[in-house]
Amino acid sequence: MAKRYDIVIVGAGPAGLAAAEAALAQGARVAWLDAQSAAGGQVWRKDIRYGWPRQAARVITEVVNHPHATWMPQTQVIAAEQNALLLQNEREGWRITYGSLILATGARELLLPFPGWTLPGITGAGGLQALVKQGWPLDGRRVVIAGSGPLLLAAAVTAKRHGAHVLGIYEQASDAAVHGFARKLWRWPGKALQAAVLRSQLAGIPYHCGSIVTRALGEHALERIEIDGPHGTQRIECDQLAIGYGLVPNVELAQMLGCAMKQEGAHPCVDVDTSQRTSVTNIYAAGELCGIGGRDCAWLEGRIAGLVAAGADIDASLLRQQRHARTFAAALREHFKLDPYIHDLAQPDTLICRCEDVPLQALKDYDDARSAKLATRCGMGACQGRICGTALAELGLFPRSGQRPPLFPARLASLGELASSSETEGSFS
Amino acid sequence: MTQVRINIDGHALDVPAGISVAAAIAQSQRPFRRSVSGHMRAPFCGMGICFECRVQIDGIAQQRSCMVSVRDGMQVVTDG
Ligand SMILES: Cc1cc2nc3c(=O)[nH]c(=O)nc-3n(C[C@H](O)[C@H](O)[C@H](O)COP(=O)(O)OP(=O)(O)OC[C@H]3O[C@@H](n4cnc5c(N)ncnc54)[C@H](O)[C@@H]3O)c2cc1C
Ligand code: FES
Repeated sequence: MAKRYDIVIVGAGPAGLAAAEAALAQGARVAWLDAQSAAGGQVWRKDIRYGWPRQAARVITEVVNHPHATWMPQTQVIAAEQNALLLQNEREGWRITYGSLILATGARELLLPFPGWTLPGITGAGGLQALVKQGWPLDGRRVVIAGSGPLLLAAAVTAKRHGAHVLGIYEQASDAAVHGFARKLWRWPGKALQAAVLRSQLAGIPYHCGSIVTRALGEHALERIEIDGPHGTQRIECDQLAIGYGLVPNVELAQMLGCAMKQEGAHPCVDVDTSQRTSVTNIYAAGELCGIGGRDCAWLEGRIAGLVAAGADIDASLLRQQRHARTFAAALREHFKLDPYIHDLAQPDTLICRCEDVPLQALKDYDDARSAKLATRCGMGACQGRICGTALAELGLFPRSGQRPPLFPARLASLGELASSSETEGSFS
Repeated sequence: MTQVRINIDGHALDVPAGISVAAAIAQSQRPFRRSVSGHMRAPFCGMGICFECRVQIDGIAQQRSCMVSVRDGMQVVTDG
């Protein structure tokens, strides 16, 4: 029979961690899962050389070892039904049921097409950071960091720390926009401190604003890039380009569960009330999937969701802090808005769908994702449109549509498990 | 740091325990995979979303190498 938990939390980043800590302190039995092999999410991803940041290490150890917590690493949700989830790890699939579900699935990077973007040697900016923390060799490699947002600084710090020769950071936002943002930072002292620390760690690495990577070139792997900036076009020889244009909420699971969405720019995020409740009874959402808000916001919202799901009261100061953290996100969005020029970088022969190798020109004759998909296979590959669908939405071509199970390619044996045990046990008591 | 021995496309390789299979392949300087029209590809998102890092691990095809840590005795096969 499926094992039952008071609260199940999907995602072990700051939001999921805070939710678990809060719910456990209230005496709830909590199951806690993440697709990654270690807890920490994106910002607290465990570094093979340097471990977790100290504060994260303390909470993670506490939660993982708590007697009422069941930690399920390398586990993914592949399908869901009322009060039940079908899970899968490398070896098996199984089913669990819950009283309340807290979604803390975070965000991924916004990765946009430009000529040459499929060459080996090109990764996301946070993507490179993630790879490097797990042992990707960068010693002595010439690395360019580009795209937009504060994540570029964090990626540069990690690359430098692991021995990369970081040639420069190229931010698309204008000098005026970035300085305007810096002038507002005093309103969020935690962020101002983070920025100051990053700046000191980045001493000697040039930071260029108003600069856009327009093309990448190389025979079998990246050899050089072209950058358009305030002083014209520049060519740079490099081994690695880490390029990301900000973050996009991971809403696929919430969509599959039927949670109502709202739009943030071109991308959906989960609509929640002030207690982090989604539109579906007993399902909560916290952190980046409710709109990009950063680490502190994710932590506060996770805490709120954990407390409410466990039936505890939340005090007004927690809610006040959360609202303040959200205003930071609004400032970020305003100042790091994408230059429309970036939407036009892809040429007719630039591949949009990397899984099925579909170029932009093949998509021009369709006006909705479904017909384009059926005719060209765009979005039918292994990533299930997570890269191309998100990029197309950002470019204003087709909006993203809802997800049907499975969320990720599932093994047939796991789906059999779902079919054979579809009864749901009694509700949360 | 403790080392584990894995095998990539028939070549034995000693790597630090705990690194990702993607990192091990990069250290070995082996290619990752070919796209449906034959172009070389390598890890792109670094976090399990894009599936560009797929390889065969211990006989199971299409595993995302950025999401799996190395284990002693692991057999990895790339498209290279
Ligand atoms: C690649 C990347 C790097 C980043 N680096 C930094 C940084 O250095 N500094 C910084 O301040 N901010 C960074 N950020 C921003 C980051 O979004 C926030 O700081 C913070 O991590 C958000 O916390 P969260 O708990 O909402 O989500 P996350 O930290 O993103 O955690 C979500 C977790 O949910 C898991 N998950 C998602 N879907 C599923 C599923 N279906 N099944 C199982 N598990 C699932 C993911 O594996 C992930 O571990 C980064 C973001 C990205 C995408
Ligand atoms: S690099 Fe994208 S899934 Fe592994």
